Parts: sequence; C-alpha cells; structure tokens
Amino acid sequence: MIFSVYIINKAGGLIYQKDFNEGLAKLTSNEYLVLAGTFHSVHAITSKISPVRNVTSTGLEVLEADTFKLCCYQTLTGTKFLIIADPNHPNIDNVLHRAYDIYSDYVMKNPFYAPEMPIRSELFDLNLAKLIKSVGG
Amino acid sequence: MSQNTRLSMTSSLHDTRYARRTSVVERNLNKTRSAEVGLSAFAFLFSEMLQYTQKRVQGIQDLERKLNDFGYRVGTRFLELITWREKNNRREISVLDILYFIHTTVWKALFGKQADSLEKSTENNDEYMISDNEPIISKFISVPKDLASLNCGAFLAGIVEAILDGSQFPARVTSHTLPIEGYPLRTTILIKLDAEVLLREEQIK
Repeated sequence: MIFSVYIINKAGGLIYQKDFNEGLAKLTSNEYLVLAGTFHSVHAITSKISPVRNVTSTGLEVLEADTFKLCCYQTLTGTKFLIIADPNHPNIDNVLHRAYDIYSDYVMKNPFYAPEMPIRSELFDLNLAKLIKSVGG
Repeated sequence: MSQNTRLSMTSSLHDTRYARRTSVVERNLNKTRSAEVGLSAFAFLFSEMLQYTQKRVQGIQDLERKLNDFGYRVGTRFLELITWREKNNRREISVLDILYFIHTTVWKALFGKQADSLEKSTENNDEYMISDNEPIISKFISVPKDLASLNCGAFLAGIVEAILDGSQFPARVTSHTLPIEGYPLRTTILIKLDAEVLLREEQIK
C-alpha cells in the first residue's frame, strides 16, 4: 500500500504532495512545507557524511520505521521524489521511476508549467493516480 | 593497442555517418519511414512555442490566432511536400474529396493514424468537422483553469486551413474541445467553407 507521494524541488521546496489512502492524519499546509524542507536538509547532510572516501554519496534513499517506509529518488537535476508506503511494499524503486516518467511527460512537457513551482497539472494527477492504483494503491 | 585502433576505427566510421546525416537539405524528400521525429522532441518544441507566444499576446483569442498563424506556415509547406510524396498527379476538386484527403492522408503523414471522424454539420450547410479522439499535439498539455477556453488544437486548425487555402478551398478553420465518453481530450476541427466554394461546387455539378 502506498500512502503518499511528495515531490521536492532542488531548493528544498515542496512542489507536490498527495495522499493516496484514507485515514492518514492531515497536516497543515505549512507543516508539509516544513517536512519537505527538513527532509531536504537531512538528505544534504547524509550525502556529505558517507564514510567511504572519494565517493560521492547519493544521500538518504530509504528510511524504515515500524509503520511506514520512506523511499527517496533524486533525479539528475536535483528534484526529489518521495514515496511513503507500507513497510512490506515490495518494489517502491520501480514506482518511483515510473512516477518520474509521468512527471517528465506531463509536467515538464506542459507549456503552462513554470519550473520549480508547485505542480498543478490535471494530466499529471490523473496519470499518477492511475500508476498508484496499478501497483495496488 | 589493437583494441585502441578498433575503437578509433568505429568512432571514425560513426563520424562519417554522422556528417552525412547532418544536412537536412540533402536528405531524400520521399523518405518518411525512418525520418520520423520523436514525440518528446516535438512536445518540447511545441511547449516552447506556446510559452513564447504567451508572452507576446493579450488574451486567449489572440493566443489562438497566433497559434493558428504558426500552423498556417506549417500547412502551406506541408501541402507542397505531401502532394509531391503522394505522386498521383491528382488535384482534388470537390469539397468531400479534399476533406477526405485531409482526414486520411494528411493525418497519417502528420500523426501516423487517420482522424477519427469526418462529419458534415447538420445545422449549417457550409460546415464540416474532423475529429481526433486523442490529439497528439496536446497529449501532454494540461490547460490551467484560468485559460480553460484555450484550445491548443488551434495550431492544427492552422495547418488544415493552409491546406484548404492552398488547394483553392478557402475556409475559416477553428478548433474546439468536445469530450466524449472515454476521450476527455477529443478535439474537433470545425471547417467553415467560404460561400464561393459552395457556389463553385454547385456549378461543377
């Protein structure tokens, strides 16, 4: 089960957030922004403290907790895709990559989208919902 | 060492092939199969065209008119190319024939498929409609709410208008979104022929 999807731009601003299952505690819109900003900073720190020398770390990729698992995929341009899911969900990486596909199609090719700004695109919503449904909500 | 030479050989081979392919002018006009353009490349170009236009117009109507103009420029050139490619030395003289030509041949050359329907308006004698259930031009475009009445098919309407104009069927062509069950993006190109065309049609009969 997938709980929610977040997209964070390269400056750490939250540009997309959507919950896909009922019964999740809602936060205020400000708290979502703080959450995204905090994750962005933690991600930046984790990519600096890699114990292996001369290797650039990609930073935090998975965070596992008792009740959820958070997966992060950072694209080459620094946009981060976050999925919060059930801890036993089998293949979140695949879902992340497909979400990135949908983003590059329906957000980046949309002439009415200003880069780094919040995403308001009907087709993106539609196709993302379809993807999440196809992998079992 | 031997591996190195092999590598440089392949790369030089590749270079000549690349150099040969660079010139658009020297490419065979009739070659269509492998000369298709990627949809993403088109989508980005069209997106850029829209953004460029949007900065230079006031209001939606103005924007649609500009898009129509862009399409017109494509259409005049495209008509020339496609009639040459078809090589049947034929000139359509009746309204239905030219519309059918647009519906099938032009659509196939542009989008790789036929348009989904060609209808005659029941209300007006001079109006025809060509519809596409999933227009490729606006496949990735979500129009924001404040521009809800904008239809990006205006570009396509421009192409159709130019083809009709170029074939001596002057008409006013507009584009409208008319969603039906299962096809939310269905776009209809409305063709309103000039009175003189209908008059001529009568005379030919």
